[in-house]
Amino acid sequence: MSAEINKFERFEDPGLPEHVLRKTDTDPIAANRAERQVAALFLLSAVGTVGTIASYIFIDSKKFIYLPILGDTNAQQLALGTGLAASLFFIGIAAVHWAKTLMPDEEVIAERHEFRSSDEDRADFVSTVKDRAGAAGLGRRSLIKRSMGLSLGLVGLSPLILLRDLGPLPKNQLATTSWAAGVRLVTDPGNRPIKPSDLEVGAVAQVLPQLPVGTERTLENIGKDAVLLIRIRPEDFNLNAQRLSWTYDGIIAFSKICSHMGCAVALYEQQTKHLLCPCHQSTFDVTRAAKVIFGPSARPLPQLALQLDAEGYLIAKQGFTEPVGPSFWERNSA
Amino acid sequence: MKQSERIAGNVAGYIDDRTGAAGWAKKNLTKVFPDHWSFMLGEIALYSFVILLLSGTFLTFWFDPSQQEVVYNGSYAPLSHVTMSASYASTLHISFDIRGGLLMRQIHHWAALIFLAAIVVHLLRVFFTGAFRKPREANWLIGIGLLTLGIVEGFLGYSLPDDLLSGTGIRIAEAIIQALPVVGSYASFFAFGGAFPGHVFIPRIYIVHVLLLPGIFLALITVHLMLVWYQKHTQYPGPGRKETNVVGYPLMPVYMAKAGGFFFIVFGLTAFLGAVASINPIWLYGPYTPGQISAGSQPDWYMGWLDGLVRMAPPLETHAFGHTISWNILIPGLIIPGILFTGMALYPFIEAWISGDKKEHHLLDRPRNVPNRTALGAMSLSFMLISLANGGNDIIATHFHLTINGIMWFTRFGLIIVPPIVFVITKRICLSLQRADRELVLHGRETGRLVMTPDGEFLEVHEQLSPEKKWTLTQHIQPVALTAGGEDANGVRSKAAGLKGKLRARMSLANATQVAIPTEREARELESGHH
Repeated sequence: MSAEINKFERFEDPGLPEHVLRKTDTDPIAANRAERQVAALFLLSAVGTVGTIASYIFIDSKKFIYLPILGDTNAQQLALGTGLAASLFFIGIAAVHWAKTLMPDEEVIAERHEFRSSDEDRADFVSTVKDRAGAAGLGRRSLIKRSMGLSLGLVGLSPLILLRDLGPLPKNQLATTSWAAGVRLVTDPGNRPIKPSDLEVGAVAQVLPQLPVGTERTLENIGKDAVLLIRIRPEDFNLNAQRLSWTYDGIIAFSKICSHMGCAVALYEQQTKHLLCPCHQSTFDVTRAAKVIFGPSARPLPQLALQLDAEGYLIAKQGFTEPVGPSFWERNSA
Repeated sequence: MKQSERIAGNVAGYIDDRTGAAGWAKKNLTKVFPDHWSFMLGEIALYSFVILLLSGTFLTFWFDPSQQEVVYNGSYAPLSHVTMSASYASTLHISFDIRGGLLMRQIHHWAALIFLAAIVVHLLRVFFTGAFRKPREANWLIGIGLLTLGIVEGFLGYSLPDDLLSGTGIRIAEAIIQALPVVGSYASFFAFGGAFPGHVFIPRIYIVHVLLLPGIFLALITVHLMLVWYQKHTQYPGPGRKETNVVGYPLMPVYMAKAGGFFFIVFGLTAFLGAVASINPIWLYGPYTPGQISAGSQPDWYMGWLDGLVRMAPPLETHAFGHTISWNILIPGLIIPGILFTGMALYPFIEAWISGDKKEHHLLDRPRNVPNRTALGAMSLSFMLISLANGGNDIIATHFHLTINGIMWFTRFGLIIVPPIVFVITKRICLSLQRADRELVLHGRETGRLVMTPDGEFLEVHEQLSPEKKWTLTQHIQPVALTAGGEDANGVRSKAAGLKGKLRARMSLANATQVAIPTEREARELESGHH
């Protein structure tokens, strides 16, 4: 139906409306006033620049002032910023005001031309390309064509191989941590070994493995080794016999590195005994071996088996039995 | 001749003798640009980019992109004697010990947020007005490229300070890389020079952030603008505006003053934001360590939709044959964004295929006149906004006293249910607006004045629209439905009669189903009917 309507007589284009003169076009007094306004705006910008320079030199860079809404603010940064803002903003306003009041505001019409070249030009172009390509003999000399294809296809490999030394191969690094049988749990920060009596029921602590003397702890270590120690009432556990044997008197330990995307699972809610990852809100139930009860994570946080050593400090019964942190292709999660 | 004119003439002559540029310059100094507020959106993006280059250069003079551990002893007392990376320490140094340093950091960050916001709003303007149609498809693709790189550039930028928040962002990026099937662990170890976090990632992304990507930006922006220049700007329909002309103000002096002035206005406002609105106060977060985190971890706004998708992903992993595939990361982190951006890039070609339209378009569409496109845009926007809302679910939960779980479930279902509803509603609104336009053209504007006829009948006086207004509301060409395998009324052959042809015919029919444009004849017939 619309096709038909397009053919009926349409409303006509009345053409560009007649130009209406502004006050500044006809009244020299208005024009002079506009000129003064533009000049005043430029002057405001100049004042802003002077203010910026003055605040750089004269305001103590350590001085903080209290302002409503903004709160405690560094006086110099604020003065520099507002001065700079004024010096820039008023140049812009002046230019636009100038354009709007004093520069010609009559709309003009420019013609467009279709981009398409003439048929002859297009045909000429095609025949030129054919002709020139023919001169190179690419169509006839298939040996050159194929060998060129091969070499061009291969040449990209050299820069690729040169990137090999960007990093070492992962080997089994994603699957291992510093935890092993007999390694003491130590506080972070502080590096002090922990006795069960240090933790009250309801308490939570971040711990790390005690490293052999002389070994420095790196961020890479922490990224895999960080463990959360939580103490609840033993009767609140809902664990199978093996997992229960990994706890000690209500103290249970999980990897702090989220099994989803590796953020630190830092929010522990005492009442519900849930661990929450602040990045994507995966929620783990401490009483059920960090089972995922909400959010995108597909696996529980790995649990670390605990026991006491001869001196009564908490140690790992064994290393983690599965890789900690986010999943990766080689991870055997079955 | 005045002396100043003579000097200008000499300079121009000197240059023209060596380049022959006088003819080109003469023509282009009076080049006509149409005027509309929405054409300033792209300008804002361009100016923010310039601001980013300027403020970013300033920051590089003091920033040390190194993950070597140092002990901080600058003037920010709460972190005194804390061990941290050199990049974090130098960011603190810029913030507290360089005069104007904090200001520049904040201008740089604000400019980045504005840069991406301007790109997105500019993209929406181009989409909803059909400015991407022939001959501007290439510029649409360049624009999509700029948006994609802009998101990456922004992420790399706020990752550089190596504070607790940005380090967490890098950790998440690492998990995405690590989740790639087969090559993930290798890609991660190559990117990080070993196990996460390592000591090389920040120096590496620094050079990408300050050299590689800005270089690509400069090249793409140059081509983007050259194409705008060469193809001439599109214009909104109106009296005197045709497909074959461009109506507006000449570059010199009006546009030079307006566009140049606008740069200073954008810069001034960004500087003002930098002065009064604190952004990314990295000193509050502390240095990055993988064992810690701050609650309410939020990415910058342009990453928020991605984060929202990741948050709402169902906990799906495939465990088989000793391997793990993390669908909970791959689907929201790579597959959905990939589909969205590919679809966006291909849209001009899909629309042209459906319409069979091979003509050049320089007059913009009023969004209501292309209901399906407008509805599709609104639908995509609702998808993004729901994802974005879930990206801030923790913040929303604490501010509005809702539960995170409730918001998550709402957005999980909403992401699937809401966009189709938005499509239907938007399309109905577009058609209603077309109907309203039609009424307006045929019956005029309701004046609210009631007149009693001698017979005692009450009538409302309608005021006829001006010819200019009537033309603006009726100038567009409505699409014609193609038939599968045959020819349409204009003789355009549709290619295939098979399933593809039928699909195309179906969509073409949907596009052609619109409220008829009122014609002068209808108006005349109505007029004579009244008397």
